[in-house]
Amino acid sequence: MRITINGKVIETEEGPTILRIAQMNGVRIPTLCHMEGLIPTGMCRMCVVEVQGLENPVTACNTRATDGMVIETDTPKMRELRKEVLQFLLVRHPVECPVCDKGGECDLQDYVYEYGLQKAEYQVDAPIKEYKTYATTAIKYHPNRCILCSRCIRACREIVGREVLDLQETGFNTRVEAVRPERCIQCGECLAACPVGALTENLSPIKGRTWQAKRVTTVCGYCGVGCTLEANAVGNRMIKVTTHEGLGTNNGSLCVKGRFGFEFVNSPERLRTPLIRENGNLREASWEEALTHVSGKLKEIKEKHGPDSIAGLASARVTCEENYVFQKLIRAAIGTNNVDHCARL
Amino acid sequence: MVGLATTLGSGAMTNSIADLKEADVLLVTGSNTTETHPVIGMLLRNRARFHGAKIIVVDPRKIDLVEEATLWLQPRPGDDILWLNGLAHIIIQEGLYNKPFIDQHTEAFDAVKEKVSRYTPEFVEEVTGIPKEKLIMAARMYGSARNGAILYCMGITQHSSGTNGVKAISNLALLCGQLGKPGSGVNPLRGQNNVQGACDMGCLSNVYPGYQGVALREMKDKFESHWGVPLSGKPGLTVVEMSKAALDGKIKAMYIMGENPMVTDPDLSHLEKAYARLELLIVQDIFLTETGKMAHVIFPSLCFLEKDGTFVNTERRVQRVRKVVEGPKGVLPDWKIICDLSSRLGYPMTYGTPEEIFEEIRTVTPQYAGITYGRLESGGIQWPCPDVNHPGTPILHKGRIVRGKGLFVPVDYTPPPEVPDKDYPFIMSTGRDYYHYHGGTMTRRVKILNQMCPENFLELNPSDSKKLGVVDGDRVKIVGRRGEFISKVKITDRVPAGVVFAKFHFAEAPVNIITNTVLDPESKITDLKVSTVRIEKQGS
Ligand code: SF4
Ligand code: SF4
Ligand code: SF4
Repeated sequence: MRITINGKVIETEEGPTILRIAQMNGVRIPTLCHMEGLIPTGMCRMCVVEVQGLENPVTACNTRATDGMVIETDTPKMRELRKEVLQFLLVRHPVECPVCDKGGECDLQDYVYEYGLQKAEYQVDAPIKEYKTYATTAIKYHPNRCILCSRCIRACREIVGREVLDLQETGFNTRVEAVRPERCIQCGECLAACPVGALTENLSPIKGRTWQAKRVTTVCGYCGVGCTLEANAVGNRMIKVTTHEGLGTNNGSLCVKGRFGFEFVNSPERLRTPLIRENGNLREASWEEALTHVSGKLKEIKEKHGPDSIAGLASARVTCEENYVFQKLIRAAIGTNNVDHCARL
Repeated sequence: MVGLATTLGSGAMTNSIADLKEADVLLVTGSNTTETHPVIGMLLRNRARFHGAKIIVVDPRKIDLVEEATLWLQPRPGDDILWLNGLAHIIIQEGLYNKPFIDQHTEAFDAVKEKVSRYTPEFVEEVTGIPKEKLIMAARMYGSARNGAILYCMGITQHSSGTNGVKAISNLALLCGQLGKPGSGVNPLRGQNNVQGACDMGCLSNVYPGYQGVALREMKDKFESHWGVPLSGKPGLTVVEMSKAALDGKIKAMYIMGENPMVTDPDLSHLEKAYARLELLIVQDIFLTETGKMAHVIFPSLCFLEKDGTFVNTERRVQRVRKVVEGPKGVLPDWKIICDLSSRLGYPMTYGTPEEIFEEIRTVTPQYAGITYGRLESGGIQWPCPDVNHPGTPILHKGRIVRGKGLFVPVDYTPPPEVPDKDYPFIMSTGRDYYHYHGGTMTRRVKILNQMCPENFLELNPSDSKKLGVVDGDRVKIVGRRGEFISKVKITDRVPAGVVFAKFHFAEAPVNIITNTVLDPESKITDLKVSTVRIEKQGS
């Protein structure tokens, strides 16, 4: 079939939504409640577009394109409508970007700026005064910042399959609540889905602004799924883990260990120097002393009892490179095949 | 691993995580997927809930995935070959097997056909308690799947008959031609983050990197010429054999890197005696572990966020690990410690970076030949990847079984080495928790994880708790043939009557004080899933 978006004629298969086709052809349509992989709802109305012959604009995220459609995405009328959407959200959402963790990577902040809103025209002051607790202590919910897009609710239901969250109450009091907190697995999929600062990470008091953080793509070290994640550090301190849709084979999903399990890195219990046992106790030693001691002892044992009296256990936790040199050490430097690891356990 | 290497020619997961999406039937057994491989667990839930995939769970415990399952079969721990052969029998009887595939791609079908004929639904029901109607339903479901994938984990392999269990699984996939296409295959889920990589790198006593046998003349020659030293052609000792040899005084020195056997290995009191006899125990880790407390020398090392390198996930995907933060001052990455030690032992290793080591890996490991750090920048690559233009291999056995022909291997049920009796009436099974990882070295030092799961508890069926007179939260002593430990109980119908379940991450409630070291004759894997115990009530 053939459709036209902003004057550009596009040949395409039947089936996808207007939003999808626009994205595939490099046309940007703003969205807030839409998230790839979730069933679209059209509830935030940011993605409104004009379709020739239709009186009212349609939401691009949940309207299928049909043959011959002529679509305009960025007319003054649509821009005006989107401004209204944003103004309406700001009625409840406090403009507190300087104190919000999400400042600098918030969709709402970006659109308010992009659409040239100078201020929030009408604001109600923090309508939700009290809020009990969220589903997990790892995450904090700020009800007044919530734009009720339901991405968290849908992510929990559709991606994680836990159905912990739902909208409760009405009007300015509407909020997300953990209706089945016992089903929460603290995976933080909801946190990652939130387009604004209504859900923030609640683990460490030490944070950093997004633009100050170094963001490194790496692999989770906790299980064989091997999820890809982005480790964020400020200075020399891990501050948080982030992901985005399309990242790794895990497509941005993580479990509690991958998302929140990095605190051990800064533990005061980390070993900092080699230790040598002396008179029954372990005492600190320099690398030079420890390595000399070990190599001397290994040579002695090898000489006296042969290489097969020495054995090494490698690790399913360390890198391939490290395991490679480890087995090479045992095989080539010591001269035995007594090297194994806990794959058998 | 050994099982699949024999039957298919490669021991690894045949398919990819992503292509589980293509499966219309998923048979999940011996894998508490939602807890041990959580993100794969999410995918399974999503497929069942929103895409109509049928999940068959076969597990003694009512694991969380049961709530998504179309069918749940509940054998006792150790019954695997019974129900697996039973499924094969029904599939053959009802003509659901894939004859063209069997003719073209397999051998020795008749031997299996003959063997499984004894495993009638009635017989399987009698021994395992799985109602025959359910077994028949499961057979029909898998047998008529368009794409059927089998997923399994330690619940199958951690038995003294684990290799045979794997062969029985492989028979089933061969029978139905569920190999070499998306959404199918035989998929062992590897537990730890780089267990696949450690195996690939030859950290196994019988093979060099790339599964090249140490006892094969040409392999020994190859590595001698690459490494420039004469090598031993005699296969070495495996994990459990090592500790036995240490106890006998044959092993004098051990070097343990990044593992905590004093929590994770079976029969801990023997292990403790074995380590105590060593003249030299070197432990290399990021924390002072229970094993470290026994060491003569400890080398501190860095964690995965502090160094560069590669991990290989369960689907054979080689992925780049990148340094995020500096480690504690003066602490070295494992590879540097090893290189330094090797040089002092008279065998210089002078690599400057992990990438240099990787370059050597790809010259000696055919499966890795085409993988470079440069290529890994744009995402992981699944081995085998024979040359730099090869895209990697998401699905093994496509068009041709790696071994040539898939080998049907007839296997028989043998009872586990320990069966319940008057003194030890319960079967104890062990496993992992969602919130913890292996010996707990890292996860028990993360507040949120420890809060959610601060201590061990023993899962006990309500009917057993009544007989024992214990209530939720009571402390009980679990007494096995080799040792005992104390734990809280949690009363739950997740476990059937007569079976208890405990997790092994907790040094203060060391489950592995009880587990046995009877080995599978081929894989040398120990039976961590079946030991027998009695339970004594304690004051609370
Ligand atoms: S943390 Fe995970 S399970 Fe809990 S509410 Fe959020 S998405 Fe749902
Ligand atoms: S918490 Fe965030 S994701 Fe959830 S409804 Fe509010 S704004 Fe949307
Ligand atoms: S995030 Fe969770 S599922 Fe993913 S690799 Fe880490 S531990 Fe495994």
